[in-house]
Amino acid sequence: MSVFDGLKFRKVYSPIHNLDPRIKFVYVSAIFVAAIIFWELIPLTILFLIQVPFVILAGVKREWLRSMRGAMFLAIIIFLTNFIFRFISAGYVVIGSDLEYAFAMTLRFVVLVESFSVFFLTTSPDHLGLALEQTRIPYEFCFAFTTAVRFVPVLAEEAQTIMDAQKARGLELESGNFLKRIRNYIPILIPLIVSAIRRSLELAEAMESRAWGATKNRTNLYVLRMHRGDLVLIAITAGILATAIYIRLFFGIPSLNELLGGLV
Amino acid sequence: MIEVRDICFTYPNGIEALKGVSLTIRNGEFLAIMGENGAGKTTLVKHFNGLLKPTEGSVLVDGVETRKVSVATLARKVGFVFQNPDNQLFSETVEEEVAFALKNFGFEENVIERRVTWALNLLDLAQYRKTSPFMLSGGERKRVALASVLAWNPKILMLDEPTIGQDYQQKEKLRQFILQMKAQRKTTIIVTHDVEFVAECNPRVVLMRDGRIVADGEAQKILTDPEILIEASIVPPQIAQIFLQLSELGLPKDVIDVYEARKILLNVSERNE
Repeated sequence: MSVFDGLKFRKVYSPIHNLDPRIKFVYVSAIFVAAIIFWELIPLTILFLIQVPFVILAGVKREWLRSMRGAMFLAIIIFLTNFIFRFISAGYVVIGSDLEYAFAMTLRFVVLVESFSVFFLTTSPDHLGLALEQTRIPYEFCFAFTTAVRFVPVLAEEAQTIMDAQKARGLELESGNFLKRIRNYIPILIPLIVSAIRRSLELAEAMESRAWGATKNRTNLYVLRMHRGDLVLIAITAGILATAIYIRLFFGIPSLNELLGGLV
Repeated sequence: MIEVRDICFTYPNGIEALKGVSLTIRNGEFLAIMGENGAGKTTLVKHFNGLLKPTEGSVLVDGVETRKVSVATLARKVGFVFQNPDNQLFSETVEEEVAFALKNFGFEENVIERRVTWALNLLDLAQYRKTSPFMLSGGERKRVALASVLAWNPKILMLDEPTIGQDYQQKEKLRQFILQMKAQRKTTIIVTHDVEFVAECNPRVVLMRDGRIVADGEAQKILTDPEILIEASIVPPQIAQIFLQLSELGLPKDVIDVYEARKILLNVSERNE
């Protein structure tokens, strides 16, 4: 569940938390685009490092590290698949550039997780809903979205209880071969899904009995306004994106391997 | 036998749920753990089958330290029925649901068949054998969950809030069943808020508050002691309330049983005639 922990919002105040969520989202999308257009190790490393100051400024280092640790498993799989395929197509020899490529692909994934983690760690579900609403997305969708985000920790907790209940009936999650282990999770997943559906129906009924959707034109107590910090972030975002596209189009990016004069 | 030796337990999020609990539960005992919400009742019983391991102190089940064995091994001996049946139901039919644990423990096919039939009959579920557990009502689902644990006949049975959502008839059946367990020298531990149910069964009561045991003894003593009950935020059973109010007339205060109450009141009315 550590991946979820890395996305769980905790109320603290920092310059990053106070930024307009819409701008933060644009920033995350820009990082996303930049990470996709590069497949070399050096620019991806830079993209990774650019975000570290944000994490420190927001004071969410611990949670962020936890989400990074949670992403480790997938990262290793990405590294291995990339490396093994390159290794096979290169004719079963380890080539420095292949190793570098596999590293770069892994880092690309890490950069994506990193930016989303920073976004979710510093944006409260309420803020997020507000941002969606004020971008004129129908309220029903905004509500569905914020509810989904809000219920992630609840589901994580429930998954733990279900695991306990099944263990108490003699289920051993860590036993058997690979396929058996996957099958072991069926008794966990089904109750989890069923109760999520049941809960959503109950929530719908509870909300309707409290006159949800009675007024057509909703107004908000809080209205999002841009501040100086937001403008700075827009500038940074535009800078990163423009630089990334410019470099991609007009420069050949040397690989680390070439810079070091070829290791293998 | 379960021996709890001075255990403390702190959840990963820093909440101290148990702050030094010691307790011995002998074979064949019927024990009710009571207390307000968040007193640590469920946390305590989760230590008995190894789902939680104490941060400090130790728990021994039949002399075996729970830290040293897996939950599955302990579960063979200690059956635990969770409060919410929806946390465990997943099979296509009630029958498969009840057979799940038996398969996990490696029972033979014909034994499984027999035990499933026995458990379903015991809990009035035979007619739902081939029904999906998700189609049943809340109370019925709860009974399926109970059947799925009873099926392997554990030596120690733990029930978390077994009476919630059950009508009087089912409660009475549960009571009869627990008495049967007692006769077989099996241990039953219930976690409950249902004072009336406890008053009818008259088990040993362990009262918890804020991660500690505040009282331990016969239900008749504990459920009629106003000071202890106020401390643990529990309302006495109705019969006890009446007798507490009538104590000015010189009647005994520690009455929780209907038949005993009747006898006393009849005596009083005869005396007055």
